[in-house]
Amino acid sequence: MCTYATVQTTLEGSAKGPEGSWFAVTDAAVYFDHPVHALAEHTLNIDFAAPAKGPAARVAVELTAAAARDLVAAIQAALESAPAALTA
Amino acid sequence: MGDTLRAETVRITGDHGEEIEAYLACPADPPSRGGVVVIHHMPGYDRGTKEIVRRFAELGYDAICPNLYWREAPGADPDDAAATARAAGGVPDERLVGDIGGAASYLRSLPSSNGKVGVIGYCSGGRQSVLAACNLDLDAAVDCYGAYVTGTPPDGFPLKITNLVDQLANLRAPLLGLFGNEDLHPSPEHVDELDRILTEQGKPHEFHRYDDAGHAFFSTDRPAYRVAAANDGWERIIEFYGKYLGG
Repeated sequence: MCTYATVQTTLEGSAKGPEGSWFAVTDAAVYFDHPVHALAEHTLNIDFAAPAKGPAARVAVELTAAAARDLVAAIQAALESAPAALTA
Repeated sequence: MGDTLRAETVRITGDHGEEIEAYLACPADPPSRGGVVVIHHMPGYDRGTKEIVRRFAELGYDAICPNLYWREAPGADPDDAAATARAAGGVPDERLVGDIGGAASYLRSLPSSNGKVGVIGYCSGGRQSVLAACNLDLDAAVDCYGAYVTGTPPDGFPLKITNLVDQLANLRAPLLGLFGNEDLHPSPEHVDELDRILTEQGKPHEFHRYDDAGHAFFSTDRPAYRVAAANDGWERIIEFYGKYLGG
């Protein structure tokens, strides 16, 4: 049973999905719950999705809590390294 | 009793007369037997759940698991279907009751049926098993670590559900509950509350609670698997269904 909040957000971008095809991502669900594949009791899960294209238009990521925090820091660092005019 | 069984995907009539997919497993014998409706966990209608369905057939029951996410994601991979259902807030309770009622009717319509049907659910399906037994004519119900039969879902909880406290007076089947003492949802306190309410209301129930086990201890393909708890749990299920679904 999922135990904690599912945070949903809209997105603008693309992801490489099933069978190696790219698709436009429109939504993400972020939640801390039991993973499908990762060998951990709980993971931070992100579903990058395009609901209009059906359930299979999804890229799923399951990260340990520490890995998720490292990823957040890496994303922040990458954004901050770019000229502010490009990331506004 | 032999070990021959047949397993296949079928279509059944679910809530509001809508056709949904289900996984059916039937043993070759005994000639007259009970049925078991398996309610899948929140990760969906997956390989692990289908293994459970086949195990009930091996135990001598006609067993069926409806795909509760069929409407949102027909034909999708189980994990994709579960993600879609999660984003949509889960399975509405009214639809769940209709789908489980359809699955029970399907089992009772089989020529092999002795008329008795039990239900079992895991994770979110544990709560749904109790919900079904409060709203349908079933002969036995098993709740495997279902959260929010008692207790209150927190703000932001992804499933649009309430607890079942106000429905427990309508529970019309004996209930077997299997819980891990390290689980937080349901916590030992939630299980205590359910035990107390059912005792006060004179509802037949039998709970087994396992140390060194948390949520999802039956899941053989996950780190949560606990062999001692799962093995004992299966023994309790065999005994319980033998008592209420046999004959």
